[in-house]
Amino acid sequence: MTANAPVTGARQWDETDVARQEFTSRVVSAVSAPVPGPTGGTAGGRFAGLFGSARRDGSVTLRAAIAHLGRLEVLSCLVAPGPGHAGTAYPALAPQVAGATWYERELADMFGLVPEGHPRVDPLVLPRDQHTPPPCPGRGGPLGEIVPDDSALPAHVSGVGIFTLPYGPVRSGVFESVQYLIETPGEDIPHVRARVYHKHRGTERRFEAMSPTDGVLLAERTEGVASVAHAMAFCQALEAVTSGQGEAGAAAVPEGALLVRALHAELERIANHLDSTIRHTEAAGQAVANARLAWHKERVMRLRANLCGHRFGRGVVVPGGVSGPPAMAPGAAASELARLEADVRADAHHLMTTSSFLDRLRGTGVITPEVAAQRGALGPVGRASGSLEDLRAHRPYGAYRLIELPAHRYGDAGDALARQLVRLEEVWGSFQLCRLVLERLAEGPADRPWAVDVAPADSVAWGWAEAPQGELLYLVETEGGRLRRVKARSASFHNLSIFPEAFGGDIFTDFAFIEASFGLSIAGVAG
Amino acid sequence: MPWVTRGLRNGVLTTPYPKRPDDYGATWRGAVSVVPGAAADTHEAEMLCPTGAISHGPSGAVALDRGKCILCGRCVSQRPELFRFESSPEVASLARPALVVPATEQSEAAVAAARAELSRRVRTLKRSVHVRHVDAGSDGSEEWEIAALLGPVYDVHRLGIFFTASPRHADLLMVTGAGSAGMTGPLLSTYAAMPDPRVVVAVGTDAISGGAVTPSYATRGGVGGTLPVDVWVPGSPPSPFSILHGILLAVGLLPGGDA
Repeated sequence: MTANAPVTGARQWDETDVARQEFTSRVVSAVSAPVPGPTGGTAGGRFAGLFGSARRDGSVTLRAAIAHLGRLEVLSCLVAPGPGHAGTAYPALAPQVAGATWYERELADMFGLVPEGHPRVDPLVLPRDQHTPPPCPGRGGPLGEIVPDDSALPAHVSGVGIFTLPYGPVRSGVFESVQYLIETPGEDIPHVRARVYHKHRGTERRFEAMSPTDGVLLAERTEGVASVAHAMAFCQALEAVTSGQGEAGAAAVPEGALLVRALHAELERIANHLDSTIRHTEAAGQAVANARLAWHKERVMRLRANLCGHRFGRGVVVPGGVSGPPAMAPGAAASELARLEADVRADAHHLMTTSSFLDRLRGTGVITPEVAAQRGALGPVGRASGSLEDLRAHRPYGAYRLIELPAHRYGDAGDALARQLVRLEEVWGSFQLCRLVLERLAEGPADRPWAVDVAPADSVAWGWAEAPQGELLYLVETEGGRLRRVKARSASFHNLSIFPEAFGGDIFTDFAFIEASFGLSIAGVAG
Repeated sequence: MPWVTRGLRNGVLTTPYPKRPDDYGATWRGAVSVVPGAAADTHEAEMLCPTGAISHGPSGAVALDRGKCILCGRCVSQRPELFRFESSPEVASLARPALVVPATEQSEAAVAAARAELSRRVRTLKRSVHVRHVDAGSDGSEEWEIAALLGPVYDVHRLGIFFTASPRHADLLMVTGAGSAGMTGPLLSTYAAMPDPRVVVAVGTDAISGGAVTPSYATRGGVGGTLPVDVWVPGSPPSPFSILHGILLAVGLLPGGDA
């Protein structure tokens, strides 16, 4: 491939309309259909999310995303308004698709849909009293303030001598607001539930009628610690439905832009994984390791700022490409990265041979490979429990179609230690990718193009990226060149639904490790 | 013992700020300013801004509200004759109107009045201040920047600034996020639990105006309508230097006694 050849992602999704009565059975069979798995054996499709989209007439299109190797299968059905209960009901997926429970709770909050046969439709992102209509993203039109109603939440404890300890939403330390309900007889944690609605910001309605260039600014702020991944997934959806000179007739995003995007995405991954490690060292009382790693993370943030003017890489990714070339010479960035990598490696090696640290992680918060497969655990959480899936390799996009991914070695112990090891492996991989990207950027001419115009056709588009937290999915519907409906499904949302499964025989003091090892952002969950 | 030698390996990493300026802080975007003397067809400039931060006064001069600006840089790149980036991270202000640049007589008077009132209130906090942080609907990035203050590079302990888990020990309430309706109750409870004298710092453009997520059915356009904010720190998110400047401004610890 020559340095300036236009590259883009071919469309890797297909959508099929089905009748409402058949929707559930079609999803169930797609999830269990035998297709080649990443390991070479056969596996069913992975349930990747359930998306709602309202229309002006009040009807809601339901879309189930099922991930297969190399493509995303989407099944959709229309839930039309009708008199009474029947208009908003559909047969629930949750009884047969384990990963669907949270999605159906979210849909009930946001659209007032009734999943018939769902075991527990407790409010999740927006508890409403019965007189408050749902916000129905996609419907448009004015909407008054909706105040979450605590009384819509159930009180529920089971077992003799068990009480519920509410932890949050204001937590001890500098954390995002979230409430964990810890059901406990005293020291063990048999069950945990997460309440995220305190942070609900209504971002989905905010996207409506925005221009694509404004939309990317909001995408960056949907889950702030993964700004680059969100901007990429959002823009890739728009680029796929813009006709142009690229593959499959899509927009031809210049190669230089794809490389710059990947550079920032990998730096974002390094920063996030270091952040998770820093929280581990803090919880374990490893003061020197904590300080050393905090210094390294700060150096990553400063490198990102030196490359683009923003510590979180915001403003880099724009629809059609990037806002411009890196502000730093590729050679200078590469040498700073080399120094940084040497320091991180030395400290990480030391940390991972400190037994008082490892003892806190080993056997803590186990997600077994069975649970991970059944629930479709994403990102480092999945990869520490036997999954090999990584969108950069399995549904490649952007620059990951041009450069070879480093081979990773992952375990399947599924504990906090396994997740820590996966993160460090990925950090080394990200350093390697940054090096490759910078080499290619240095080869190209300085006056190369950095963006093309994007004018999306009226359509439904999907975009994705492997965020530091895992698979990030964007549903983007456009109308008249503007956004009609945007839904970001962060890996944080999906993985937080699996979080309670990690508390097997763990006790209070393990909580901080289990939470840090998941590395989630609540902003990406609450919406 | 090897961790001990490892800890000493790189010498002092801590910033000289606020005693001396830190050059590193000037390498990223601090704020947007209006170029002095620029005349303009203001309506077109107003339309540029995705968050409505640009307006024009009665005389037709362009004004930019840093409390609404998310630093996307669109105005700077498209109208460089009107707008430019400032690299100084010292962007916090004691009065909401003073976030609008260029400054006016009224906004300067508002700052002076706020400074006089606040300096009486915080007299006892100058030696040491305890901070309680509450997230009221942030995007998650502000928390990273606040947490960075505790690392070796910013190391706020050297300045007598400590973070506390209990609002009962807290002198300063640091609020992030667009003011989600679900956090209003917990935010008010936290504030009510703090002893007097207490100071409120709104960290980030989201906390000041709601930024890019406002208007929304679920947020209240910042936290100013919920709590009596003393110090406003714009930025999306503000850098650790900007947040540190906001804390120092609040408790009157800036060199030169600027509070």
